[in-house]
Amino acid sequence: MSAQRGGIHHNRSSLKEREDHSTMGIDSTTKDRRRTRAGRRHPLASVALILAGLVTTGGAYALFTSTATAGTANTAIVQQQLVEEGEALFAANCASCHGANAEGTGEGVSLHGVGAAAVDFQVGTGRMPMAAQGPQAEQKPVQFTEEQIDALAAYVASLAPGPEVPDESLFEGEADLANGGELFRINCAMCHNVAGAGGALTEGKWAPALMGVEPKHIYEAMITGPQNMPVFNDLNLSPEDKADIIAYLKYMEETPNVGGFGLGSLGPVSEGLFMWIFGLGAVVGVTVWIAARAN
Amino acid sequence: MRFTNAAASYIDERTSISGAVRELGRKIFPDHWSFMLGEVALYSFVVILISGTFLTFFFDPSMSHVHYEGSYAPLRGIEMSAAMASTLDISFDIRGGLLMRQVHHWAALLFVASIGLHMLRVFFTGAFRKPREINWVIGFVLFILAMAEGFTGYSLPDDLLSGNGLRIIDGMLKGFPIVGTWISYLLFGGEFPGLVVIPRLFVLHIMLLPAILIAALGLHLLLMVINKHTQFAGPGRTNENVVGVPVMPVFAAKAGGFFFVVFGVLVLIASFFQINPIWNYGPYDPSPVSAGTQPDWYIGFADGALRLVPPGWEFVLWGWTFSFNILVPVAILGLFIVIVAIYPFIEAWVTGDKREHHIAERPRNAPTRTAIGAAGVTFYAVLWAAASSDLMATHFRLSIEGVIHTLQALLFLGPLIAFLVTKRVCLALQKKDREIALHGYESGRIVRLPGGEYVEVHQPVSEYERWRLVSYEDYAPLMIRPNDQGRITLGMRMRAALSRWFFEDRISPATKGELEQGGHH
Repeated sequence: MSAQRGGIHHNRSSLKEREDHSTMGIDSTTKDRRRTRAGRRHPLASVALILAGLVTTGGAYALFTSTATAGTANTAIVQQQLVEEGEALFAANCASCHGANAEGTGEGVSLHGVGAAAVDFQVGTGRMPMAAQGPQAEQKPVQFTEEQIDALAAYVASLAPGPEVPDESLFEGEADLANGGELFRINCAMCHNVAGAGGALTEGKWAPALMGVEPKHIYEAMITGPQNMPVFNDLNLSPEDKADIIAYLKYMEETPNVGGFGLGSLGPVSEGLFMWIFGLGAVVGVTVWIAARAN
Repeated sequence: MRFTNAAASYIDERTSISGAVRELGRKIFPDHWSFMLGEVALYSFVVILISGTFLTFFFDPSMSHVHYEGSYAPLRGIEMSAAMASTLDISFDIRGGLLMRQVHHWAALLFVASIGLHMLRVFFTGAFRKPREINWVIGFVLFILAMAEGFTGYSLPDDLLSGNGLRIIDGMLKGFPIVGTWISYLLFGGEFPGLVVIPRLFVLHIMLLPAILIAALGLHLLLMVINKHTQFAGPGRTNENVVGVPVMPVFAAKAGGFFFVVFGVLVLIASFFQINPIWNYGPYDPSPVSAGTQPDWYIGFADGALRLVPPGWEFVLWGWTFSFNILVPVAILGLFIVIVAIYPFIEAWVTGDKREHHIAERPRNAPTRTAIGAAGVTFYAVLWAAASSDLMATHFRLSIEGVIHTLQALLFLGPLIAFLVTKRVCLALQKKDREIALHGYESGRIVRLPGGEYVEVHQPVSEYERWRLVSYEDYAPLMIRPNDQGRITLGMRMRAALSRWFFEDRISPATKGELEQGGHH
């Protein structure tokens, strides 16, 4: 839970930093560059304009309604607002591959029915928008704020029913570590490795390492099956089972390695390489030293 | 003084040990760093014995089912074998147990690695030649025993990784036509995994294999004493003597110190670096196989051979399943290690050399052998790398199919390239040596002669250095000669052909006459 909050906080602060940089960063050289470019609008200008408009209207709206008592009508309006915001973001950032109505194109799949959870996972871990077509969407710094991700998720969820973003109560509280560990070894370890260090799949794809992933995203991955991952629905792994698996992964992440440095938790390959390079290397160094002392 | 004298004669009168001490104490060891690699193996074996004895006090080699109730929370209440539970207890609940486990495992890795390096040293210096062929074979047996010890030990904790390793062995056994299934049933006491394999492997691991290993080790050392140690060529060092320090007292002191250095390095590694964290792997269960499942490094080449087999090599004929996907790699590996074992005899037959050799050759002075060795190392290295094909794919962002196909091609092309390149490099180095022996080093000083000619002044090498450069055997290809009956047999033709292949390209050492002429030609 604390990790979760920390994550949001981090996102916000990093966004703020980015804004600061952009205002402070306009010095003479950038102005010069701008002047030469006069006559052409910056490609992101329209996005920025829409964003600014949305934020101001949204902000004003929030200001006006904050004093009013919250009612069902109001939440419906807020929801509608969110969907519209998401639609705008979608049109600007996602539509080129997923289609103007998220119906899918040759470049990207249809998003009807993937649900808010899939959007929250893909965008929230930085996998979407993709930087380039490849065997698999790569993780990279998250491109949107938490609010923007929520808006995108709300828009995609409004298209067709699908898995929702899980409530945090699902993976909080007491968990059975032993059950989580056993389920992890049976269901997950064949791709993600017993220590969650990740592993290879076919055709250049891979199962990513699981250390440092937010509980929410692990849960969403299990219910949506991103990339090559299968879906683990609630009949397959009950919500309690999922919570146990997440608790086990968090235990592995937070507990210091027993017995020293883990060498990447890659098993005998890194152990063997270590022994050949450093163990045998050190010993051979000593033999050279001993032989040299004789002369 | 009086007491020691009395004690010494008391013992000597009853054991006649003074003769042995005199013999052993005066044994001479030449000094070269590469001559100490076998010692490293010996010392890590001692470390294995010490730490292994500790582990046997607490390990329970039983496959009876228990519920783990120790201190490692994520496994508490899980059903597992007593072997796994006791290994967890050694790791978490017995004082010093984890350190000893890690010392034991790291020492095992160093043991096999140092044997491998020691064998390479012996191979590339030709130290396996007469009279040491038998000792090479004994050393080879030690290498195989060390791998068997390693594999049985890897299987004992009955964790997921070791169970997967045994599953592969089970599959390999079952791949043999007709008898395979029965051999597998015999080993596992019925269908895999059964309830008997861990106790059986335990008996092999702590009794039978170490007993054979120690006996072979004793024989190996005894033959080394009898044959004397090889030495590199140098002034005063001939085929008839050994120049170095005697065992008593210098070498013994050095070796004793070196033992503690090896022990210290191993304990240091074991204290700071985790090895085989069985609590991550969990108890063995035939259903899960973790990503990145590999054997310990020394079995890696066999795992790699299985990984490199193309698909579709298994077919059913007349109601029998023929698993060439298993038989072919097993046959290739078998052939490879048999060639390693009998190489001294092959080379002796090809060269027809019946003399004793006590001077270790520099690898460049036996270009064909060195090239064969390089090809063998490359072949082994490709198989070895193949065992980590999945990790190469993830860590270097490659597709696993690409990695496998590249390694498949390299398995055949790599040794060929290595052979050709190594042979040329050796010949070039020999040429350089010959040049230096005859004309000395280039000094970089250019002198203009009165006639206007420019020459570079060469610095002659010292006597000591020149000795090293020119004293090596010069072999020539064998001529085909008819035998007593006046016939030329097929064996002779083959031998002559191989001999030609070995020695056709060669650089002869500078002769005395050439050296006396020096640069004046």
